[in-house]
Amino acid sequence: MTLLGLSAHASCYSLTVNHWLCGSYWVDRAGDLRAATVQHLEITVVSVLLGLAVAFPLSLLARRIGRLETGILGLSTMVYTIPSLALFPLLVPLTGISAKTIVIGLALYTLTILVRNILAGLRAVPAEVREAAVGMGYGRGRLLWAVELPLATPVIMAGLRVATVSTVALTTIGSILDYGGLGNLLYDGVQNDFKAEILAASVLCVALALVLDGILLGLQRLLMPWRRGQVAE
Amino acid sequence: MIRDALTYLTDPANWTGSAGMLVLLLQQLLLTVTALVAVLAVALPIALWLGHLGRGGFLAINISNIGRAVPTFAVLILLSIGPLGTQVLGPYGRAGLATLVALALFALPPIVTNSYVGVREVDHAVVDAAKGMGMTGWQVFWRVELRLALPLTVTGLRLALVQVWATATIAALVAGPGLGNVITAGFYRNNVGQGFAGAVVVAAVALVLEGLSALVEWLARPIRRRERNEAAPALA
Repeated sequence: MTLLGLSAHASCYSLTVNHWLCGSYWVDRAGDLRAATVQHLEITVVSVLLGLAVAFPLSLLARRIGRLETGILGLSTMVYTIPSLALFPLLVPLTGISAKTIVIGLALYTLTILVRNILAGLRAVPAEVREAAVGMGYGRGRLLWAVELPLATPVIMAGLRVATVSTVALTTIGSILDYGGLGNLLYDGVQNDFKAEILAASVLCVALALVLDGILLGLQRLLMPWRRGQVAE
Repeated sequence: MIRDALTYLTDPANWTGSAGMLVLLLQQLLLTVTALVAVLAVALPIALWLGHLGRGGFLAINISNIGRAVPTFAVLILLSIGPLGTQVLGPYGRAGLATLVALALFALPPIVTNSYVGVREVDHAVVDAAKGMGMTGWQVFWRVELRLALPLTVTGLRLALVQVWATATIAALVAGPGLGNVITAGFYRNNVGQGFAGAVVVAAVALVLEGLSALVEWLARPIRRRERNEAAPALA
């Protein structure tokens, strides 16, 4: 990226000035910022949804077959131990250099949190409640859908919020394969000593995490109208 | 590509020398250990004592929540381009100080939260019994709470180790020291095999560190010893 603005009235993001906080950068490069934010959002949302789609059956399986639980939890902890900068390259032989690699890696990271929380949420359903439902003739599917899941929602949502906020932060490392959303701007900024770009990308990244967290909190309130007015979590 | 990686890993020239993987590995281990020791020396006593007083829980929880939303990458950049950058810090290399501070920041949340909660969660009956025996506040803290909080504190240390190792790897994106350089150099210079090779080494060391700290965690569990002592007669 070349730096324009070395004209007579140097803008605050020109190389000679290079301010951290620069309003005209936000205006002039609004397109770049928007594109990076959209990519960041897409990667984050798809990763978390993929993680959730995998974590659900995995948790149910771990609950049904006790012996699998140790294996599933152990494996997901192992994945969590691997630094993100190493995990993405390790997936490259399978998926190539594409956004897919980043999405799969991020989804793997969410599994650790999601599986644990889904299991903990389902486990916390009181046995009497479950027995009452079975006594009323609820089958396994209806018991899960109509009784256990609603009661497990607070714990599951807490896990989903942690997973989402961490995924937003981790997406930046995707810049190693050029699919890092705002992370691409961060990398470009550090290469060119471009302070306005670095600060803008960092701020947007934290803002994105906070906004998504707020949306999930709102969703949690909607899903649990009986809890409204009480403190969340 | 995997063959390229194998070639890279088996070539001794890539391991030795001033920019070889052995030097980078030592650099990264040194960074990791220094950051952990610094946090342990400063934050651990404070967190444990706050747990004893039962104050500052709000602070402990919030530190870990904020830490999660801020990307490691951004923190590293802001620190290295900001006031802490540019110096060469002996064996810690270029951007060494910035990396060290970032690592310490990311080691804080798990250590503070776990040691605080560890002391807070000590059974009240046990604390009351200790007080009833005439122990002073300091004695309760030193001889009762600290020992019972040990398992959770060690778990926090383990989580911090994983976090710090990962962050130290990312330092390479900001011209920092460490093994991450093998990965970034590989990918940014279209030498994917080398990038993969670096990732294998980083992941392997991470798993070894995790295994070692799991062992320490197991050793730190006081219940384990009792279980074993009780289990022996039951078998006979």
